[in-house]
Amino acid sequence: MYRIVSKEMLTPTICRMKVEARRLASAALPGQFLIVRADEQGERIPLTISDYDKDAGTVTIVTQKIGASTSEICSYDAGESFADVVGPLGVPSDFTEMPLEDIKGRRYVFIAGGVGTAPVYPQVKWLHERGAAVDVIIGAKTKDLIIYKEEMQAVCDNLHICTDDGSEGFKGLVTALLEKLVTEDGKKYDQAVAIGPMIMMKFATLTCKKLELPVIVSLNTLMVDGTGMCGACRVTVGGKVRFACVEGPEFDGYLVDFDEAMRRQRMYNTEERDASEHHVCRIGRGR
Amino acid sequence: MANKIPRVPVREQDPKVRATNFEEVCYGYNAEEAQLEATRCLNCKNPRCVNACPVSIKIPSFISEVAAGNFTRAAEIIAEDSSLPAICGRVCPQETQCEGSCILGIKGEAVAIGKLERFVADWSRENGGVKPVTAPANGHKVAVIGSGPAGLACASDLAKLGYDVTIFEALHRPGGVLEYGIPEFRLPKDKVVAAEINEVRALGVKIETNVIAGRTVTIDSLLDSEGFSAVFVGSGAGLPRFMNIPGEHFNGVFSANEFLTRNNLMKAYRDDYDTPIHAGRKVVVVGGGNVAMDAARTALRLGAETTIVYRRTENELPARKEEVHHAKEEGIQFAMLTNPVEVLGDENGWVRGVRCIRMELGEPDESGRRSPVEIPGSEFDIETDTVIMSLGTSPNPLIAKTTTGLETTRRGCIVADENGATSRPGVFAGGDAVTGAATVILAMGAGRKAAAAIHEYIQNR
Repeated sequence: MYRIVSKEMLTPTICRMKVEARRLASAALPGQFLIVRADEQGERIPLTISDYDKDAGTVTIVTQKIGASTSEICSYDAGESFADVVGPLGVPSDFTEMPLEDIKGRRYVFIAGGVGTAPVYPQVKWLHERGAAVDVIIGAKTKDLIIYKEEMQAVCDNLHICTDDGSEGFKGLVTALLEKLVTEDGKKYDQAVAIGPMIMMKFATLTCKKLELPVIVSLNTLMVDGTGMCGACRVTVGGKVRFACVEGPEFDGYLVDFDEAMRRQRMYNTEERDASEHHVCRIGRGR
Repeated sequence: MANKIPRVPVREQDPKVRATNFEEVCYGYNAEEAQLEATRCLNCKNPRCVNACPVSIKIPSFISEVAAGNFTRAAEIIAEDSSLPAICGRVCPQETQCEGSCILGIKGEAVAIGKLERFVADWSRENGGVKPVTAPANGHKVAVIGSGPAGLACASDLAKLGYDVTIFEALHRPGGVLEYGIPEFRLPKDKVVAAEINEVRALGVKIETNVIAGRTVTIDSLLDSEGFSAVFVGSGAGLPRFMNIPGEHFNGVFSANEFLTRNNLMKAYRDDYDTPIHAGRKVVVVGGGNVAMDAARTALRLGAETTIVYRRTENELPARKEEVHHAKEEGIQFAMLTNPVEVLGDENGWVRGVRCIRMELGEPDESGRRSPVEIPGSEFDIETDTVIMSLGTSPNPLIAKTTTGLETTRRGCIVADENGATSRPGVFAGGDAVTGAATVILAMGAGRKAAAAIHEYIQNR
């Protein structure tokens, strides 16, 4: 069993938990993810790793209530335990293998959307600690849905916030802000990284293309096992079939077929809706 | 003198009834039936069945104990060579192994060795099981990667020799393909798989689930910093193949692995589990192996009209005869000499059909099988809303990629000699990870050989 050490709600629908998983914590690197199965009847839900503490043997996960299973995960409290937490899964970010002298001074811009801000954090922290120049754009619908603002502030050079309704920071989409930073403010970047909803990553990639800025995206596809067994996560990258779980989750954004990936992501929508509507709450019934 | 009666038939669930449930198809023998069947064995001086068994179970000896009604003794004899008899009695391809070489099979019907093995194992489990016999602890630690048939067999033998064995399993339940691949109606999970794995645990074997070799731990770290003297890799062949035809990424196209994992490991067929599964109204399964049969029969039970599409004829189907027979009884359609060339999609990107081409058998290829050749201009469409690709699997490259000095073949299989020794001293491998997808019993055989080799390696260090 994997005990939840602490839990807090970052927004009404997004929760952050620190979970005991010693082997996982000591192996985790930026860019990787894990899978949680809340209880015996639960689905295996892939979640990004938003921090890890090798000494304490804990990993931090940030979950947004989207369907029945993510809502169930968020319903757990500190002191309770998940049935299964497995990982780290996927290939660590490219820069974890780069020589230190190449990272130093390299100019990154991270484009984080919604709950995708959480997995951006360990990447920014890693790069910042090793001397890279890192700017971060956090985008959210409205002020109340912004997460990781203070945490990010502490580990990046410049934090830019944008909201759809203008309730905080720049009013507009992350793509418009990125374009403004580069074309109007004269910011120069060597590498962009976009993590968020698939549709945001698609348009972030289009903007980066226009700005001639290379971009890495992290694909949150459907998965069952997360180890390369099921193929549910297959995506077309550069015309080739790739498994996001073992060959990703990060890919060169220019090469990803986003439209196909978005369509495949909706594969179980009918079944999912059924589950949400007919979901029988098992909490308190001796799970 | 052996009893010259015909082979005792085994009772099965009615095909019409079982097509709608996930209960086990075959009921197995009762004691009376088993004893009667056992009297048919000639007890050959030179038993060909034993040579044909990948783990060399002393078949005539255990059968004569069954005939005499000594079921406990029969179970002990099997346990000397196999740690998973209730599983093997159900899923081994006996017709090409023990039963395939039974003398009685030349003129009539072979002794029902598989069904007898299953009876003994089930009887023994329900009556307290075989007492584990293990050597005193020798202080050496061995790690086993994967808790499928190869890993379980290797771990059992090493534990019996006194080793401190830990199995690392990537999924949340141990059993590998026994758990995620083979359906409940062929191999009950709690009653049989979990029970036999508990027998392995009773030998002192530890099982750590949710540990992915190559990610959570590496073989290097197990050997260098966790104090293991040797590692056995029995990680199977889990990577699904696709056809690389147009339309294969439409919604509604699944690998058999995904479809079966959702249903078996994740129990999508049960109302009390959250796992979604898409079976649709009409399902086409592409392929002709046991996995294809399993996927088709699962789809049928989930309520779909199901057709198996295979490019050769029925004679070449790689699946066990019994599975093909059962599938037909249940109402699965077989479209032979047919090969998909394209998956057709609707305007929303969902499958609406499969375009196939008719095939004919041409000249024999290097495997001796006549290879299928397309008949030009014979394309036709099958209307369907789900396609399940069951084209075989290959080993997961993760372990090879993350282990120093481990050689693999061009197809991603780990290179190992007949005793399981790999290019890296202290690292042994066996089962599907070495051979590519094969059978439960061959994997067990490889696990046992590797256990002996690991014992020798550690003793001679």
